Amino acid sequence: MDRVPIVKIGQTLFVSIQIDLQDESVIRLQEDLADELAATAANGVIIDITAVEIVDSFIGRMLTMIGSISRLFDAETVIVGMRPAVAITLTELGLSLKGVRTALNAEKGLAILNGKS
Amino acid sequence: MDVGGTRERMADYLRDHQDKIVGRWSELVISGVRGRTSLEVVRHELGGLFTLIVRVLSGADDYAAGELRAALDELSRGRARDGFTPSETALGVFSLKEAVYELVAESAEMVPEFLAFSRIIDDLGLRTFEAYSAAREQIISDQVSTMMELSTPVVRLWEGIIAVPLVGTLDSARTQLVMEKLLDTLVATGADHAVIDITGVPTVDTEVAQHLLKTVSAARLLGAECTISGIRPQVAQTIVSLGIEFGDIATKASLADALALALRQAGLKVVPA
Repeated sequence: MDRVPIVKIGQTLFVSIQIDLQDESVIRLQEDLADELAATAANGVIIDITAVEIVDSFIGRMLTMIGSISRLFDAETVIVGMRPAVAITLTELGLSLKGVRTALNAEKGLAILNGKS
Repeated sequence: MDVGGTRERMADYLRDHQDKIVGRWSELVISGVRGRTSLEVVRHELGGLFTLIVRVLSGADDYAAGELRAALDELSRGRARDGFTPSETALGVFSLKEAVYELVAESAEMVPEFLAFSRIIDDLGLRTFEAYSAAREQIISDQVSTMMELSTPVVRLWEGIIAVPLVGTLDSARTQLVMEKLLDTLVATGADHAVIDITGVPTVDTEVAQHLLKTVSAARLLGAECTISGIRPQVAQTIVSLGIEFGDIATKASLADALALALRQAGLKVVPA
């Protein structure tokens, strides 16, 4: 099973998803993130999904859940680099990723987190 | 009945009277199209067709039938593009029958030959009609795609602010196109504010509103904020009476207001020079 690495830079956790997401790897990512947030007291999570071309409703829901979990650790989640096709798919599925911020790229995502803190 | 023989005799007869028949045929066609093309052009076109028809009738070579069909298709397509009606186009072929009939009417012994000839002309007439309608359909579908292209421009208003002026009725296919183009432009330009201007959208019903909401939420997923502008008084009344909720999406009366809002959100200020 592919594992998604989590990188801590300053007070922010960077997650760059470079693989085709499987259900197990997303669940694993959620667990890893929760552990990392608890251990490091980071105040922001940036999830880069530039390389993700396919999403389904499960992954959409998991992203929202990751947002809610981060919130419990007082960290804000920003999803960056979503492709237009992915955005259209999520909209058609009726998922609007409530509770999660979005930004065009990692730079803008970081600016959102810095603006908050 | 000796079909082959009658056809060949007819071919000989037509060849003998070629100039007279083509002349009369061209006159008949010209009188039908009311001066939209000149006698010389028609004479030239029909002369070519006539030769092919004679070749088909005489059965001398196998390629004549294919060439005739191609020539006829070409002629019909030209007519369709030039805005001739279907009957004018078909009459162009059928009037050859009339031109020939005027010649053979005197001689009673030509009846079987004329019948065989007439059958071929009928087939050609139908062929013309088919080619004509195919050409028309092609024109219409070309126009539809041109209109689709024209109707969805995405313009850059400012650094980081783009606008989509929508003109015409929004259906699912168009919304899809608008959405894709808007999202692609957001990604390509790195803009984080989009204004959707619906001044040119005649009516906003629940379906159109649904489409707009989808577009806005897809743009939000990319991290861009959307404003809907160009809401006219009647449209506002319709939206309210239909009970459509735009939620937390900003709506403005004019594109200028929306631009002002976008500038403010981007932390920019317009001051007199």
